[in-house]
Amino acid sequence: MLPRRFRVASTRHDNHDTLTVHLEPCDGAPLAFAAGQFTMLQVFGVGEVPISISGDPRGSGPLQHTIRDVGSVSHALAFAAPGEVLGVRGPFGTGWDVADGKGGDVVLVAGGIGLAPLRPALLEICAERDDYQRVSLLYGARTPSDVLFGDDLRTWAERHRITVEVIVDRGEAGWTGRIGLVTQLIGKVAFGADRRLALVCGPEVMMRQSAVALVARGVDPSRIRLSMERNMKCGIGLCGHCQLRELFLCLDGPVLAFDRLEPLMARAEL
Amino acid sequence: MDTRILTTDGLQALVDALQTRGFHVLGPAVRDGAIGFGPVREVADLPAGWGDEQEAGHYRLRRRDDPLLFAYAAGAQSAKPLFFPAQEVLWRARHDANGVHPTPPDPEAGADGPVAVLGVRSCDLAAVGIQDEVLLGRRYGDAAYALRREGTFVVAVTCSHPAATCFCGSMGTGPRPGAGTAPAAPYDLAMTEVLDEHGHRFVVEVATERGGHVLDEAVRAGAAVPAAGPEDLAAADDVAARAAQAMGRQLDTSGLKELLYASAESPVWDEVATRCLACANCTQVCPTCFCTDVRDVTDLTGALVERDRVWDSCFGAEYSYIHGGSVRASTRARYRQWLTHKLASWEDQFGMSGCVGCGRCITWCPAAIDLTAEVAALRHDGGGRRDGP
Amino acid sequence: MTRLTIEQYLPHHPFFAGLDEDDLAFVARCATLVHFHPGEYLFREGEPADAFYVLRTGRVALETRLGTGSQVLDTADADDVVGWSWLVPPYRWTFDARAVAETSAVAFDGACLRERCENDPGLGYLLLRRVVDVMATRLHSARVRLLDLYGGQS
Repeated sequence: MLPRRFRVASTRHDNHDTLTVHLEPCDGAPLAFAAGQFTMLQVFGVGEVPISISGDPRGSGPLQHTIRDVGSVSHALAFAAPGEVLGVRGPFGTGWDVADGKGGDVVLVAGGIGLAPLRPALLEICAERDDYQRVSLLYGARTPSDVLFGDDLRTWAERHRITVEVIVDRGEAGWTGRIGLVTQLIGKVAFGADRRLALVCGPEVMMRQSAVALVARGVDPSRIRLSMERNMKCGIGLCGHCQLRELFLCLDGPVLAFDRLEPLMARAEL
Repeated sequence: MDTRILTTDGLQALVDALQTRGFHVLGPAVRDGAIGFGPVREVADLPAGWGDEQEAGHYRLRRRDDPLLFAYAAGAQSAKPLFFPAQEVLWRARHDANGVHPTPPDPEAGADGPVAVLGVRSCDLAAVGIQDEVLLGRRYGDAAYALRREGTFVVAVTCSHPAATCFCGSMGTGPRPGAGTAPAAPYDLAMTEVLDEHGHRFVVEVATERGGHVLDEAVRAGAAVPAAGPEDLAAADDVAARAAQAMGRQLDTSGLKELLYASAESPVWDEVATRCLACANCTQVCPTCFCTDVRDVTDLTGALVERDRVWDSCFGAEYSYIHGGSVRASTRARYRQWLTHKLASWEDQFGMSGCVGCGRCITWCPAAIDLTAEVAALRHDGGGRRDGP
Repeated sequence: MTRLTIEQYLPHHPFFAGLDEDDLAFVARCATLVHFHPGEYLFREGEPADAFYVLRTGRVALETRLGTGSQVLDTADADDVVGWSWLVPPYRWTFDARAVAETSAVAFDGACLRERCENDPGLGYLLLRRVVDVMATRLHSARVRLLDLYGGQS
C-alpha cells in the first residue's frame, strides 16, 4: 500500500517533548477520518510509525498529528521542516464513535499523550454540544508543564460546558491545581444513571485502572472504550505485529470496548 | 470424475505442455541436502529415488531402491515462498526537488511468467488456501500476492510417504488432495504416484477444465494419456490409505481453541520456554505463518529510498516492541503466542486452524520441540490453573 | 451544602455512610466546622495528630519540607478525607497540610474518637475500614505515580 504525500505546513510545540505537526495533502485531497483513528506516518528513508490523528474530524484545516519525540522516527517526524514531504497511509482502525454517547453523559479520561487521540472526540462533542448531557474530561499529566493543549482545555471548559479536571503526578512551583492520580477523579465525576459513555486513552496501566474505577462507578464495561497500543507496522491487519490474541488491533482496534478487552488485558505478555 | 493415467513419459509431456503454454514450471528438487522447490524442465529434474527421514529436530535425505519421484514427505519449504517471498520490494522512490514519489515495482520485471507448481502435497495445498484467506480474503489484501496467485497452475500430489513428524490426518488436510475436511487452495490436476505389478505411473484426477485441456495438449504432442481403469483407481486409493495409516504423529483437535485460551497461565509454557531457543525456525518453515516486517533502505546519498517487506517472526524481541519495551519479553510468552495463534486465535480470525499438520515446525526445531507433544501436555495439565477467560 | 449542619451533612458522606444513628450522633459531637484561608496550615509535620478533616470545599496540599522549599505530594478536594495519623501511633503528623484555596472542612476530634473506638470495637472497626480506604487510595496513587507512566524514557 503506497503512502500518500503530505507536505509539512507548520509545527507547534506543545511541551518540552511533544509537537503537533500540521500536514497539507500534496494532491489537495483532504484525508477524511473518524475521531480515534490513526495513520501510518512516514519519513521517507527513516521509517514509519502509527500516530493518532489529533485534529478536528469535521474541520477542513490541515491534518494534525501530535507526536512525542521518543524514537528515531518520531524525532524525524516532529522535526520535519516546513515544506518537507512525508508519507501518510490511512486512516486506519476503529474510532471512538462519540455520537453513540448522544443523549447521555460522556466522560473522557486521558493520561499523558493519550489526550491527543481524544482531542478529535472532544472537538466533535463541542460541535454538537447540545446533543450531549454532562461532559467531563479527566486528564492526568506528569507535571504542569507537560499539560497539552492548554488553550483547548480552557476553551472546552469556558465555552462548551465541559468539566475539565487536570491532575498531575508532581506539582511545580506556582501550581495550585490537583496532584494525584487520574483514577481518583473518576470516583467524583458527575454521572447520570443511564446512557453513559466513557472514552479512555493513555498508558495501558492507566487505562486498565481507569476502566476498573469506571466499572466501580456502575458504568457498563461495554460502554467503556479504550484505545490500545501495540506494534502496528502495516495498519491493515496483514503484518501480524499488533495481535492481542484474536484481535488485530490495527483493524479491530485501536478503540475497543472494555468488556472485550478485560480478559485479554488481565494476562501479562499476551 | 475424469481420471487418467500418465507414465513418466506422459509426465514429461505434461511439463512440456505447461511450458508451451508459457508457464514457469516449478517442482520438488534436491537442494542443499533437502527437498525444496526448483525449476523443472524435465522429469529428470525431479528427485527420483530420493526419500527422507524426519524426526523432531532431524531431517536426512536417503536413497531409495525404487524410481519413485514423490516418495518423501514435506520438504524444507512449502509452496509459500513461491507466492509470498521472504523479501519483497514494496516501493522505490527518488528524492528530487519536488520531494519523494514512491512507486511500486513493476510486477512484470524479472518475472518468469505465470507459475505452474508440480507436486504440491495436500498439506501445502491447504496452507496455500489458508494464505489466500489471510492475504486476500479480508478487508485489505496483498496486491503482489494476488498477482502471483492469479493464474497459477497447480498439479497436486498425494502424499505417499508421510514422515514421523506428519499429522495432516489429524488436521483434515491430507494425505490426498481434495479428500481432506479442511478448505484448500484449488488445483488443476491431482496425481497419485503408483508403483505396482502394472508399472510405475501416475493416476491423475482432472479437477479443472484447464487441467483437462493441458492433458489434451500432451496427447496432441504424442503422449498416451489413457483413462484410468478400476485397478488404477484402487491402487491410488491404496496409496492414500496406506499413507493415512503411516502418519507419525497425531493431534487431538477437539476443543483445541478452548483448551489454548484456558491455558494462558499453564506451567507448560514455562517448561517449553526452558528448551525453546526463540530461534524462529518454526515460523520460517511454517507454510501458513504470514507475519512480516518492513525495512527502509536508502543509498549512501539518501536520494534513493526503498521500502522492503521481509518475513518476520513472533519469536523475535522486536516483534512486539512498543515505546518502553517488548510486550512479550519472555520466551514463554512468545511460544504461547505462536501456538495459541496457530491453533486457537487463528480460528477466531479466519474461521479455520492455522496448522495443516505438515510437521515442519517439529522437524526443523533445533531443540526438537514437538507441537503435538506440547498440546498433549496442555491437555494433561487441564488448562493450567483453569482461570482462563 | 455550606448551609447544612454537621448532623445533616455527615450521613451523606461516604466516609460515614452505614453508621447507625447513635454512632453518627457521637461522631457529630466530636466534629466542628472549620475554615482555612489559602496558605494556612491544617496541621504541620511532627505535631501531635489529634484530628482529621472532611473537606467540604476548597483544596488542601499535602506536602513535605525539602532542604530547598516544599514538595506537594498530593492534593485533597471537596469530599476528600485528610489525615489518618490520629489513628496510627505515635499519633504525629507525617506531612504538612496547607490550604491552597479558601477551604471549609469538618474537623473531627481524633483523641475523642480514638478513645471511643477503643471501648467500642464495632464502631472502631467501621471507622478503621474507612480510614483504610483513604490510606489505600493514597498508597495506590503513590505507587502508580512511581511508575512515571506519562514521562517514560524520553
